[in-house]
Amino acid sequence: MIWAVATAIVVPLVIWVVGPHIPPDHASVQSSDQHTINVVLTSLATPVLLFIWVYFGYAIAVFRRAGEEIVDGPPLEGNARVQLIWLAVTSVLVLGLATYGTVDLLNTNGAGDGSGQGPSPLVKPPSGQKVLQVQVIGQQWLWTFRYPSYGGVETPYLAIPANEYVAFHVTSLDVDHSFWAYELGVKADAIPGNDNVAYVKALKVMSFQIRCAELCGLWHGHMNTIGHVLTQAGFAAWIAKQQLDYRGVTPYLPPYSNVYYPPPSRRA
Amino acid sequence: MVLAVLIAAVVFYVADFLTAAPAAVSAVTQNGTAHLTLQTMASYGHAPDPDWVTYMAQDQNGNWQHTTIYKLPAHTLVTVTLYQFDSATGLRNPFLAQVRGTQGGFAVINGKPVTVLNPDLASHTFSVPDLGVSVPLPGVPSNAKNTCTAGPCSLSMAHTTIQFGFMTPGPGTYRWQCFVPCAVGFYFGNGGPMQTIGWMSGELEVT
Repeated sequence: MIWAVATAIVVPLVIWVVGPHIPPDHASVQSSDQHTINVVLTSLATPVLLFIWVYFGYAIAVFRRAGEEIVDGPPLEGNARVQLIWLAVTSVLVLGLATYGTVDLLNTNGAGDGSGQGPSPLVKPPSGQKVLQVQVIGQQWLWTFRYPSYGGVETPYLAIPANEYVAFHVTSLDVDHSFWAYELGVKADAIPGNDNVAYVKALKVMSFQIRCAELCGLWHGHMNTIGHVLTQAGFAAWIAKQQLDYRGVTPYLPPYSNVYYPPPSRRA
Repeated sequence: MVLAVLIAAVVFYVADFLTAAPAAVSAVTQNGTAHLTLQTMASYGHAPDPDWVTYMAQDQNGNWQHTTIYKLPAHTLVTVTLYQFDSATGLRNPFLAQVRGTQGGFAVINGKPVTVLNPDLASHTFSVPDLGVSVPLPGVPSNAKNTCTAGPCSLSMAHTTIQFGFMTPGPGTYRWQCFVPCAVGFYFGNGGPMQTIGWMSGELEVT
């Protein structure tokens, strides 16, 4: 009874009061999906947590030893009904959540929900949608970005247009890194020789944090930068400026490729 | 008693490890401009790691110090003169061959303004990612005579001279590093001196 009342009070609070503050934000289709899943998971976990806390408190209060006790209590014989209910409830919860998560991952609108899907993505954006290709290159300790549809220009800055699918092709030139665009809900490992594809569709003009989420050496904690979601016109102007700013070094870049195997340096 | 001594030893070791850092060198300030003089060499030549590639900095008395922590004034033009005594290794990412974030967008290499270096000729870089500053440093020819084998190197030895300027931002600590995988004998050339402050990376303490 105590548990039922607590659940009836706390779960709505979790959904409508705490829920809006659970990360990530609704900055992209993918982060919005992740946010919804986090709220659902938290809401379903709350009754379980409350059950444990309520039972714990009840046991402390009711079964508290009153006086001297020198003998063991009666042996526990088990309770088939309780065990069956426990098994059934937890099975339904776990299998239901697994099904929910799998269906959500396979939804083409989410296109993998921002996770790295490897070189052959299982879920792609809906057919007919324009997809901007952006290569993310990790190196100790800097992110750079190449835009193959704009002459393969490389830049240390990341900008993408709003309301358009973007395919991040994440790779590395040295050790393992992990590309994490926090507010966009994108996280994909950057592995040498691997083209790890993650999709995102940003929903509004904004700035977002980019971090490395894989311990990668001395300056791992500094391997971060700020990305920007721009309007279509803003992006066109921005990419034109990048092409201009880096026109001198672009001829020295290797031809665009999904992965790079930089030749071993003469020294190393 | 033995346990207490053991714990104290571990605590001392960890504290020493966490607080150990090279001494900082202050830039020489004159007429509102700060000046930093640096040099790089293929091998330091002294203990504890004589074979490691490294940077050195000149202090206000003109003495060379083995440190990569530099104190700079905020919101000030810093001019850097860098003597480069090492041979070329080549950039893993050719993008870093472009001079970025310097005054005028170029560096003066052996007296000539340069905006982009052939990536294969780079020996090291001086890069401050948070400030958008990056300058590739060309190596001396591999067949050069009179090469430097231990720091500090004399200007009579084979070297290239790189000069550039950049503006410091507000107070703060900004990391800088070399982007050429120049650590001999380490995995992908990025271990050892590339992973240790005081050798191929450090901090700008802007105050």
